[in-house]
Amino acid sequence: MRRLAERTTTGVLVFALYLLFSAFTGPWGVWAPDELLAGGVLALVVGWVAGPLVWERGGWRLLSPQRWALFLVYLVGPFLYAMAKANLDVAWRVITGRIQPGIVRFNPELATDFGRTFLANSITLTPGTLTLDVDDATGDFFVHWINVTDPSPSADAVCGPFPAWARRIAE
Amino acid sequence: MSVLIYVFLAIGALFNLLGAVALLRFPDVYTRIHGATKCTTFGSIFSVLAVAVYGIARGGGEGGTMAIRAFLALVFLLLTNPTGSHALARAAHRSGIKPFRAVVDRLEEAGKEGR
Amino acid sequence: MIVPLAAGGLALLGAIVVCMVRLSIGPTAADRAVALDTINTLVVAAMVLFGAAFDLVVLLDVALVYALLSYVGTLYIARYLEGGLP
Repeated sequence: MRRLAERTTTGVLVFALYLLFSAFTGPWGVWAPDELLAGGVLALVVGWVAGPLVWERGGWRLLSPQRWALFLVYLVGPFLYAMAKANLDVAWRVITGRIQPGIVRFNPELATDFGRTFLANSITLTPGTLTLDVDDATGDFFVHWINVTDPSPSADAVCGPFPAWARRIAE
Repeated sequence: MSVLIYVFLAIGALFNLLGAVALLRFPDVYTRIHGATKCTTFGSIFSVLAVAVYGIARGGGEGGTMAIRAFLALVFLLLTNPTGSHALARAAHRSGIKPFRAVVDRLEEAGKEGR
Repeated sequence: MIVPLAAGGLALLGAIVVCMVRLSIGPTAADRAVALDTINTLVVAAMVLFGAAFDLVVLLDVALVYALLSYVGTLYIARYLEGGLP
């Protein structure tokens, strides 16, 4: 029963993605019938094969719409602001060539795989900080920082409000 | 609408060129990843956003297709670029390239403790 | 609207040429891989811009596939540099 639910959910998600891909292909600006047929067959096959793998590590709680709304707020709010600010900072460093690099270590206290991936991607997407490695056992992050002000910093000093958002969205 | 497209195109071109210059100016692999990959990701996001706005402004079947494809390309760039640069940086560190004039290197210390 | 979009694409082509300098002189293999990754991102953006400028929706599809395939290629090169491949 659980396997069937997993496969069905994956199939429905894949079908929705296919609909997004093939929008505006039909005669009235909607989907053409053969596109719908191809998408249905693909969704059946992919859902049946990949379904049990997708939800293996407790991914069910990621489906809640509240998390997705929070994610969108995060994406256009604090994340875009931090990314623009860091980009201007790195642009200034490109022109002047003033850098002080180093690899620092800190622990943001995230427990789940998805939370760690989320935080690592956020850190890597903002220039000036780059995740090199994550210790699976302790959850320590190793981050290459372009302007080291403190050799053993706290999580807030490196990436600002990101860990709190990662805890809210992904944990 | 067209002002928005001009602004997005200008920001995109500026940051892409800055990323390319950063690739030449910075001294080692890690700082080059900072400059090049991130700046070009930011610039490409704005270039692709310009096309999405152009598609929406144009409307109709073709404009809608363009907007949706551009938006999907943006999502792929946002998902794949940090993962790729993270993999490259970790591979560089494991193949023994030292960070240039580093103040600290905690990963090297952790490796010596025997993980 | 053709001229500004094509001009943006041409600026990206200029950036690609600058990246190719690093691709050819880069002292280590990792430097070359980073330059290649940067070029891939720029090619995707340039394809999207030219596809919009010249009304070729096919180019946007190609850009999507190129983005995914170049990502797989980058991961493969990273695995090779790490020494994970036989």
